[in-house]
Amino acid sequence: MSIKIENLNYIYGKGTAYEIKALRDINLAIEDGEFIGLIGHTGSGKSTLIQHLNGLIKADSGAIYVDGENIYQDGYSMKKLRGKVGLVFQYPEHQLFEVDVFSDVCFGPKNQGFSEEEAAKKARLALQSVGLSEKYYKQSPFELSGGQKRRAAIAGVLAMEPNVLILDEPMAGLDPKGRDEILDEIARLHRERHLTILLVSHSMEDVAKYADRLIVMNKGSVQFQGTPREVFSHYKELENIGLSAPQITYLMHALREKGFSVDVNASTIAEAKKSILKCLRANAEPEEV
Amino acid sequence: MGIIKIKDLIYEYARHDDEGNVESVVRAVDNVNLDVKKGEFIAVLGHNGSGKSTMAKHINAILTPTEGTVWIAGKDTSKAENIWDIRQSSGMVFQNPDNQIIGTVVEEDVGFGPENIGVPTEDIWKRVDDALRAVGMTAYRHHSPNKLSGGQKQRVAIAGVVAMKPQCIVLDEPTAMLDPMGRKEVIATVRELNEKEHVTVILITHYMEEVIGADKVFVMDSGKVVMQGYPREIFSQVEKLKKYRLDVPQVTELAYELKQEGIPLTDGILTIEELVDELCRLKLKI
Repeated sequence: MSIKIENLNYIYGKGTAYEIKALRDINLAIEDGEFIGLIGHTGSGKSTLIQHLNGLIKADSGAIYVDGENIYQDGYSMKKLRGKVGLVFQYPEHQLFEVDVFSDVCFGPKNQGFSEEEAAKKARLALQSVGLSEKYYKQSPFELSGGQKRRAAIAGVLAMEPNVLILDEPMAGLDPKGRDEILDEIARLHRERHLTILLVSHSMEDVAKYADRLIVMNKGSVQFQGTPREVFSHYKELENIGLSAPQITYLMHALREKGFSVDVNASTIAEAKKSILKCLRANAEPEEV
Repeated sequence: MGIIKIKDLIYEYARHDDEGNVESVVRAVDNVNLDVKKGEFIAVLGHNGSGKSTMAKHINAILTPTEGTVWIAGKDTSKAENIWDIRQSSGMVFQNPDNQIIGTVVEEDVGFGPENIGVPTEDIWKRVDDALRAVGMTAYRHHSPNKLSGGQKQRVAIAGVVAMKPQCIVLDEPTAMLDPMGRKEVIATVRELNEKEHVTVILITHYMEEVIGADKVFVMDSGKVVMQGYPREIFSQVEKLKKYRLDVPQVTELAYELKQEGIPLTDGILTIEELVDELCRLKLKI
């Protein structure tokens, strides 16, 4: 499912003394099946933007086309939109409220008008795809560990079978292993279920590793977009807007300065390793003439 | 005795059923011993649910031991008459600054703590001035905390604790919600408090890069301290850390992987500079 955003503007507290322009002339296209990393300093407008994408906030001007249809046109069903575009908030465990995990995940599809039976089927599938086994179904969601709670909350959104999954910092506060597990799970959903993913994150290392394309926001505007390699080549500018590049990128630049002919745009450990090994081995074995 | 002394600490909490009967008992902290000297910078690592926050809450008597003893500046936390002194000696900063900031103006928020313990007005202002300077937020003193960035808010929360003139500060994942620059600001602020004001720091974090400058690192797992040592000693043990659901800084991991490929690097490389130096040394040999 494709999303196109045209000249989107949004102002908080319009007409009051506290007026803040949260989004300024946003133009973006998100293609079907992409894995996008959305980065930006706190207050750059990331969360405001993603709330527009499933109609929680209405823009002051501009348009959003989902599969070619303007969501602001008369008669457009916001309910249908919310079924297509699933949103997982920061601290998704705050989205949990039911007596047990299974009922919590059933809530979404039941709300969409599916029967008990169908809702249960969808819930089962969703829980399977986030890796929560049956022994948790009857447990209170509040008794789960941090990582499991997040999985349950993500399952609650997946059960509505969206085509686009938007996650607002799903890893904040998780331990490193928990972070990797959730991200691997998201990457698998992207691969196997062909879900379009929009991942908001403050971890440059994570978006470099997982996303195909990055969108960088600054003060309500889109500052850069491109592959992680392209975006992190602007690491100096990124620092000026509260961000940075992954540690690896800095290492590669430092090596280049010392005369190593390494790839300075490497942004993951795997890329860096390959480039450094190649460089060292090329030095060790003189090229054949 | 150090500023913080924890001896054979056990903390258990009970789960109750609907009738209030005890269903099960969970041991969150299991026989922890810790001795922190004044002015040290201590980092505590551990996966979610490893007991590190529960342990940390004993340091300013939010929790008191089920068994064992905790002394803060020589005072036993389990004695009710010591609580005020302990909370003054040891301050706490939490993950979400929004839960900790209560004032509508930055300087009022910072002054709340000292006012609460009956510091005379002119001294309060002096403390507010000093605290804001220490965290580099003087320019924002008349601002509303709502309008600040995440890193700035967290620095205000730290100033609020600093204004209490504590001997030690416990920070429980203070950077988990911040963007990269905010993380850097907060860690630099904490380092400076430690180096210039000699405040003892206990930093709990999931970001491994924040730990490399610590004097000592403790790793917790299922309520126990399972590893302790200098950052270099801890981060040399990549596989063991991963077993405890933890990680190492990116450069440490890269150096480890290069070594696996036969590049003769030393163990426990912690910074970009160290890896660059090592690789330069190797290049010269070739």
